[in-house]
Amino acid sequence: MSMGILGRKVGMTQVFDEEGKAVPITVIEAGPCSIVGIRTPEKNSYSAVQLGFGEIRPVKVNKPMKGYFEKQGTAPRRWLREFRVENTSDYQVGQEITVSLFQNGEIVDVTGISKGKGTAGVMKRHGFGGGPASHGASVTHRHPGSIGCSSYPGRVVKGRRMAGHMGSERVTTKNLKVFAVDEENNLILIKGSVPGARDSLIMIRKTA
Amino acid sequence: MIDPRIALIEKRFLKTDESLSEFRPGDTVKVHVKVKEGNRERIQIFEGVVIGRQHGGIRENFIVRKISAGIGVERIFPVHCPSIEKVEIVRKGKVRRAKLYYLRELSGKAARIKERREYNR
Repeated sequence: MSMGILGRKVGMTQVFDEEGKAVPITVIEAGPCSIVGIRTPEKNSYSAVQLGFGEIRPVKVNKPMKGYFEKQGTAPRRWLREFRVENTSDYQVGQEITVSLFQNGEIVDVTGISKGKGTAGVMKRHGFGGGPASHGASVTHRHPGSIGCSSYPGRVVKGRRMAGHMGSERVTTKNLKVFAVDEENNLILIKGSVPGARDSLIMIRKTA
Repeated sequence: MIDPRIALIEKRFLKTDESLSEFRPGDTVKVHVKVKEGNRERIQIFEGVVIGRQHGGIRENFIVRKISAGIGVERIFPVHCPSIEKVEIVRKGKVRRAKLYYLRELSGKAARIKERREYNR
C-alpha cells in the first residue's frame, strides 16, 4: 500500500560497490509515468492512484479507452496500473512520476509477470524429488509417486500438487534494494533479480 | 548485442586503464590489491602466472597461479574491480594456448614458461 512506478525490464548485469565487491544488478527503465486517474473513498470506496506508462500510437487506442483518456484530460498511455495509497491528496491527475521517487539504498517490492514455462512436471513445478535414476527404476524417474490413499477416501484430495502450467503469473519479489537511480536516463538499478522477461512491464513499489 | 542502456551503466564501472589489456596468459604479474583492515587500507601484492582470462566487458576475470610454500594457490580477479589498484607485468611468457590449466599438473622445472621477446622493427 504505497506509491510506486511502472517500468520495463531492460536486463541484468553486474557492477562494483564501494568495497570492490561485484553486485548483481537488474536494470529497469521506469517512467516517466503520468497520473491518469485518482480513486477516492467517497467515489470508489478505496483510495489509489492510477498511473499510465509507455507511449502508444493513437490508432492503437480503442474507442472506449480513447474516451476515458479524453475524459481524464491526459495523453493516452500503453499501460494503466493502480497503486493503493493511504492519502490521495498529494496527487493530481496529469502529475508526472519519475524515478526520483526512489533513493539509493531504499527497499522496494517489485512485481512482474513471471516467464512462462509451459506445461511443467512436478519436479520443476513443485520441487518434488522424483524417483530413483537407476536400481531398476522404470518410467518413474520424474514421477510424483503416490497421489493419495486407497478406497477411503477413494478420490484424490483437492489441492494435490501435480504437473501443469507453470509461470506467466503475477509474482512479487519483496525487500529488494535500490542500488542506484539514474534520473537523467530514467533508469533504476535494483540489486538482485526481478520477475519477468526482458521488456515486460514491471511495477516497483516502496516497501510499506 | 548489448542493450545500449545496459552498456551505459557498465561503462561507468569499466576501467579505462590500457595496461589492463596488455597482460596475457603466460605472463608473470604482480597484482596490487587494496585490502581493508579496520579503517586502514593497504596494498597487498599477489604475484604469479596468469593462466587464463575469461569473459568480457565488465565481467572479465583473470586467474593468477602461484606456488606458495609448496602448495599451488590460484586467485581469480575481476579485471574491472576497483580494489585492484594495478597489474604489473614482471615477465612476459611465450605460450601456445589461452588457458594454461595444464600447469596444475606440472611442478618444478616442468612448469617453467619460456620468455616472450618482442622485437622492434
